[in-house]
Amino acid sequence: MNDNTSKTNLWRLLIKAVILFILFNLIFAFSSPQQILGKLSVYNSLVPGRERLPFGENPAEAYNLSLYNLEAMFSSHEISGIDKSENEFRVFLIGDSSTWGFYLENEDTLSNILNRSELETAEGKDIEFYNFGYPTISLTKDLMILDRVLEYQPNLIIWLVTLESFPYEKQIFTPLVQQNPEFVKPLIEQYSINIDPNSELFINETFWEKTIIGQRRQIADVLRLQFYAPLWAATGIDQYIPDEYKLRAEDLDPIDDYYGFAPPTLSRNDLAFDVMSAGIEHADQIPVLIVNEPIFVSQGENSDIRYDFFYPRWAYDSYRQLLATETEDNGWAYIDLWQAVDNTEFTNSAIHLSPEGSAQLADQLIPKILEIINN
Amino acid sequence: MSLSNILIFIGLALVSASLLKGSGRKPLLLIISILAIYWLQPATPIRNLDFWLPTLTIAISVFTWAYTRQEKGAVSKADQKTALLITSVILLISLTRYFFPLCCLTVTRPPEIFQIIVLIMLVVIITQTINHWISGNKNLIQTAVIKIIVLFIFLKTEVLALWLSTVLRNFTGQSVELATAFDIRWLGFSYVAFRLLHTLRDRMNNRLPETSLSNFITFIIFFPALTAGPIDKIQRFGKDLDDDFILNPNQILLAGKRIVIGIFMKFAIADSLAIFALNSTNHLETQSTIWMWVLTYAYAFRIFFDFAGYTQIAIGLGMLFGIQLPENFDQPYRKSNLTAFWNSWHMTLAQWFRGYFFNPLTRALRSRKVSIPVIILFGQLGTMVLLGLWHGITWNFVIWGLWHGIGLFIHNRWVEFTKSRPLISNQKVAESLGVLLTFHFVVLGWVWFALPDPSDAIHTFQVLFGGGA
Repeated sequence: MNDNTSKTNLWRLLIKAVILFILFNLIFAFSSPQQILGKLSVYNSLVPGRERLPFGENPAEAYNLSLYNLEAMFSSHEISGIDKSENEFRVFLIGDSSTWGFYLENEDTLSNILNRSELETAEGKDIEFYNFGYPTISLTKDLMILDRVLEYQPNLIIWLVTLESFPYEKQIFTPLVQQNPEFVKPLIEQYSINIDPNSELFINETFWEKTIIGQRRQIADVLRLQFYAPLWAATGIDQYIPDEYKLRAEDLDPIDDYYGFAPPTLSRNDLAFDVMSAGIEHADQIPVLIVNEPIFVSQGENSDIRYDFFYPRWAYDSYRQLLATETEDNGWAYIDLWQAVDNTEFTNSAIHLSPEGSAQLADQLIPKILEIINN
Repeated sequence: MSLSNILIFIGLALVSASLLKGSGRKPLLLIISILAIYWLQPATPIRNLDFWLPTLTIAISVFTWAYTRQEKGAVSKADQKTALLITSVILLISLTRYFFPLCCLTVTRPPEIFQIIVLIMLVVIITQTINHWISGNKNLIQTAVIKIIVLFIFLKTEVLALWLSTVLRNFTGQSVELATAFDIRWLGFSYVAFRLLHTLRDRMNNRLPETSLSNFITFIIFFPALTAGPIDKIQRFGKDLDDDFILNPNQILLAGKRIVIGIFMKFAIADSLAIFALNSTNHLETQSTIWMWVLTYAYAFRIFFDFAGYTQIAIGLGMLFGIQLPENFDQPYRKSNLTAFWNSWHMTLAQWFRGYFFNPLTRALRSRKVSIPVIILFGQLGTMVLLGLWHGITWNFVIWGLWHGIGLFIHNRWVEFTKSRPLISNQKVAESLGVLLTFHFVVLGWVWFALPDPSDAIHTFQVLFGGGA
């Protein structure tokens, strides 16, 4: 090949490469195929589905990672690979990190402990529990997940909540919500939720951010989730649990402020009951059991002011009162299990449970579940 | 080398090719190589070591060059100019201390300039001493070989490396309690050492032509091949350097293709496989036979794509600078026997060991009338164990070396045995079975290689063959 031909070939190659690069980016930006790409998953085909939604702060050790592509998250979940049988009664658990099972092996999460109880409905159907908890605290995040799980035909949804998931300030603070405005905003508008759908906290991508270059991080995360699949299948590990960690705080600061609210009581409008109401309405015919999840009650310094790291006593007492009233007034199924677990069974946070703590919670929850199912 | 390093080197090659058009290429290549070894040197916890280690690489290379000169006495004007150029570049790098962190090449701030000047003076004095008293003396060249091997052993032996780190920490006034064997991360020293030993041995055997200081240093620290090879020969490398070179579009196309393939192999395939490849943690967490095989296969392909990818990048970058580095991989996992595998896996390293260890050893044994099978056994075992130790002086690498040494010996004997009585008449079937067997022998060998403790490897074998805990 002479120099001139080579030079022409080089230029041709470069021009073709640039054109193709621009073209692929434009097609990607116009078609926004992220959610479709998310559906392409090795889980539930080459490897078993995960028992809880992907979340991981330390991917190399957890064999898991946090990502915001809802389709990829659900495609990796075991639910996407299980066809509902005639004899199955599906119960979905949604909630925060305590439902997800922070610092708990899969076998010790609430959903798996409930599964081990091998419960049956009065008609003899097998009750199967599925974990859809996600480790951020926000009712709006729960609502988004609830909306998404409805397509998997639940027969009952158990929604575990705590006061920390109620303040409006917390609702769209979680990145999972911020990164998925296309799923959250319609719900906000449909149920007239008191959250600004045009909040700047929502990530509204520009055209350039929708290109392959702009989406490279998200694409890489979806791919990495697939590459962690063999390790999930090989080890069953989806979380790094250190041998030692700092226990939940026993001694507390003497602060009685709660998200800017002052004693003596919270009012109904201070908390996002409209989000909860939207969730129950959205579930339509599917019953939803609201559970006020257990909290650690400190005995240490300033425990006369606060229950724990999260809550001043006045705020939490007020919240329990409001939640009880709200559920009763609306006829929602509800159980308050705030003291269902021994204080010794909380791990690194005032809401995270040990395996024994999860078992204690399950014991308290089972009669209520059976009551709802069989009535 | 990161992706940004590679892109910058490509840019440098294109800019220098368009500016220089042949002239000044050699000094420019030397300057870029010097800058590159400082730039690529990773951080170390020992103060200023990220500056001293590349400086030592250059110093040792200069000493070795002096050892390998054919005659004692004063150096040529050209070599003096090269020495001045090297000194100037090092001093220039040291001046970035005063621009830090606005402008920097090294990971941390370079040391005080007077310390560097003292070191340079020391290097000049030692080099002059070698030039005047030692150059050309083959017996004394042997001592240089020994010194490099001793240094190599120090760096590759955990206990000795820890001791060295303690000494250095004492010297810099840092806490010795924090010393670890991994403190001294000397960029590319394994490859530098092999190139230095090659020049010294060739000098002793009168196979080394008189080489200018410029060519010698560029050969030793040529940046594309510094971290992962290939290990070139100075005789060939020197010819490329001395030839007129003008980068033409065809070469850019060929080099670009190699680099793109290399980047894909390394950063897309190998780095993805690395996520779930066998390692010292996940093998203990895996109790399923099938998944342990998946992890082990992933390791086998990961190490190939990583290594072969880097080689492609190195060859591509070399082409942009007018250096045709030797090939290092030739579809090794598709070979039908272990000998063929080692003729296609990290070929330049295998050739090095063959040339500087296996052949001299077997020649020596032959002269003592030792039987052929024994010669082959000792030759193969010795070569492969040394090859293992080159990766680190630990038991797992010794066993990996023995694994391959025994494998090569058995293959050699098998070939002798079946020469007159082929067991499988169908050539295609025999070939396919050979590929399958060789591949799995190599894959299982990687278990020893990947896991630092032999007991971990034994546990992994137990799971691989259905005997999990």
